[in-house]
Amino acid sequence: MNKLLTVSLSPHVHGKDSTSRLMTGVVIALLPAWAVSVYFFGWAALYLPVLSVVFCMIFEFLIQKYMLKKASSLKDGSAVVTGLLLAFTLPSNLPIWILAIGALIAIGVGKMSFGGLGTNPFNPALVGRVFLFISFPVQLTSWPVPKGFHTSLTDAVTGATPLGMLKEGMRSGEQVSTLLKNVPDHMQMFLGYMGGSMGEVAAAALLLGFLYLLWKKIITWHIPVTILTTVFLFSGLLWLINPANNADPVFHLLTGGVMLGSIFMATDYVTSPMTPKGMIIYAIGIGLLTVIIRRWGAYPEGVQFAILIMNAFVPLINMYVKPKRFGEVKKNG
Amino acid sequence: MTVQKNQLKTFPKGGVHPAENKLSAGSPIKILPLPDRVIIPVVQHLGAPAEPVVQKGDTVVAGQLLAKSKGFVSANIHSSVSGKIFRIEARFDASGYKRLSFVINRHEDEWDPAIDRSDTLHEKITVSREEIIRKIQEAGIVGMGGATFPTHIKLNVPKGKKADILIINGVECEPFLTADHRLMLEKSKELMVGIHLLMKALEVDKAVIGIEQNKPDAIALLNGLAEKSPGITVQALKVKYPQGGEKQLIKAITGREVPSGALPVDVGAVVHNVGTTLAAYEAVQKNKPLMERIVTVTGKSLQDPSNFLVRIGTPVAEVIEAAGGLPDDTGKVVLGGPMMGKAVSKLDIPVTKGTSGILIIPDSEAHRMPVQPCIRCAKCVSVCPMGLEPYLLMLLGQHQLWDKARQERALDCIECGSCSFVCPADRPLLDYIRLDKMRIGALIRKEKKAVS
Ligand code: SF4
Ligand code: SF4
Repeated sequence: MNKLLTVSLSPHVHGKDSTSRLMTGVVIALLPAWAVSVYFFGWAALYLPVLSVVFCMIFEFLIQKYMLKKASSLKDGSAVVTGLLLAFTLPSNLPIWILAIGALIAIGVGKMSFGGLGTNPFNPALVGRVFLFISFPVQLTSWPVPKGFHTSLTDAVTGATPLGMLKEGMRSGEQVSTLLKNVPDHMQMFLGYMGGSMGEVAAAALLLGFLYLLWKKIITWHIPVTILTTVFLFSGLLWLINPANNADPVFHLLTGGVMLGSIFMATDYVTSPMTPKGMIIYAIGIGLLTVIIRRWGAYPEGVQFAILIMNAFVPLINMYVKPKRFGEVKKNG
Repeated sequence: MTVQKNQLKTFPKGGVHPAENKLSAGSPIKILPLPDRVIIPVVQHLGAPAEPVVQKGDTVVAGQLLAKSKGFVSANIHSSVSGKIFRIEARFDASGYKRLSFVINRHEDEWDPAIDRSDTLHEKITVSREEIIRKIQEAGIVGMGGATFPTHIKLNVPKGKKADILIINGVECEPFLTADHRLMLEKSKELMVGIHLLMKALEVDKAVIGIEQNKPDAIALLNGLAEKSPGITVQALKVKYPQGGEKQLIKAITGREVPSGALPVDVGAVVHNVGTTLAAYEAVQKNKPLMERIVTVTGKSLQDPSNFLVRIGTPVAEVIEAAGGLPDDTGKVVLGGPMMGKAVSKLDIPVTKGTSGILIIPDSEAHRMPVQPCIRCAKCVSVCPMGLEPYLLMLLGQHQLWDKARQERALDCIECGSCSFVCPADRPLLDYIRLDKMRIGALIRKEKKAVS
């Protein structure tokens, strides 16, 4: 009876969620899109994401050990998610050294310079991706045409993404409606049969991942559904006004990084708002900015910039958008 | 009457689903063998300690007044056994502090002759409203769900306010605990009389018994009795923690929201726990003071998870002994449930009026995980039933920004623990929120002093 009893404050039980469990869930949700990518783009799409993860983990380890002199947080799995997401936004014919630079920027600048997981204002994978996009525009925009396993890195045929074709055409004064005749049809795009970044092409697979995330309660519907709805409505409006000069809303949903971005990047815990109301405001912002950049901006794709811009507003949103407090009512109200 | 799913009610925001683990739900209430010695603290309630009216060496009988309530918020303390007062000294209780306590060596089991010890059900209510409240006050009854607020105060509705509904809390949303469940099954008729007594005391003509859907037998049984009792209904509730929180329960049953800083009666509702209601029946109809209670003793490694009728003041160790003894792998002993109960360091402390359960947690589950950085997943925000932002309150606590924490309504926290339960980064959110509340309390006291 002289046992030493542990004394701590309540609660004395804990739910089964842990950071690493949640991160593992995100990785599982990314698997279908990864599989499709390997199917279309071949072996490169298999090993580049793996390398990306390895680079991210090594950089995180080195920075924590030798620069920050802190205990390693590799076990939480967040570097794995960053590595995968970074690779998913890149073309499958990207030279490995460029990938390594992207991983260094993502982890070093995007995450560790702010103090590590939980303190970074911007999504680290997107920081890496945007840095590469600005530094290596050529390599970042030569997209292999989907072929399959028989594609090797060297003999891959490259071509433009549907969004890229659209932008080019608009610049040269062609009518959008004519241009769209040359891009894959909606069903092909839904399944991912188009040029693009490794993890972005297959809307169907990404949606499958979304369902998994919802099922496992890893994220809520608010951000992805709101972004997709906003993009659909806004681009739909433009299309209705002038169908000759705008792509249809389904095209906007299925191309570029909208699916990957809205499901996996905009929902990044650290860099998104804390309340459902805040999430919706943030997501509407992302949706609007995405279409605005696509339509009027200098780049064919806008979702990455849109997310980063809205990331910057998150502290403000959190400050002003509060959950509905219990008891915040008039007496007897 | 069958209870359909769509009739289920619940509170609207937040909540969690910890594993229910109602191991002792099927185990009928047993009478615990009488202890040889009891330790009865003079404060077992929220409020001022009672003042001793007996002395060392005195001989007392079970049910005799030991200490008289002192001040407005306080409660009488009675002896739970007959015997001799061995000592009146400071002893540890569940709070971890020493409290003035009566140590009584039991001799036989002689009761105050005024107490009706028979099993006869006294349904007829002959006493006046004032008499009911007076008897409940004399019997030293306090909220037996764990809050231990003196019951008679909640029955004296302040001037200018009006209660229109009595809510009986049979939710028992804490995992593991089954004392209230067993009570509803085995003392259902007495419970119904108790409800009528409380309704009369409050002058309300409507009472609703709230029970979580995981106790269908209790719902069915009380439903049957309620059909014959005008004004009383049973409301099945969704299984969700903290369904039994006073404010959550009122919201679930009436749709009314108790304003921040106000009392339930401000929205016309008064809530009493089923244990309290039974104690009221015994006090008024049987002249019996609060001197014993039903205690669940449970745990995954415990040999015999059980429900016992325990005399107040019985050492916790004896209750555990009766359930098969302390398992070898014990790491933690908690008085109450796992979400809100108190871990204790010693087992010679007594069962008191608010002890609803004794939970034995194996060593493998007794320790907290290392704290990790907040990943801002918002899970704590989404589970908080009070609509607070626990991650923020913890951050403000860490930076000692008490004024800001007050603006963010830290005082509204009901300490349900849902936030700490859910946090994937194992952050001790509630620890810091408690600190916030303590410091804000000190601030408020200082302000009041400055004003007066
Ligand atoms: S649940 Fe934990 S990790 Fe998530 S936001 Fe709250 S404190 Fe941070
Ligand atoms: S902040 Fe308080 S009320 Fe909200 S979940 Fe945490 S303990 Fe419960």
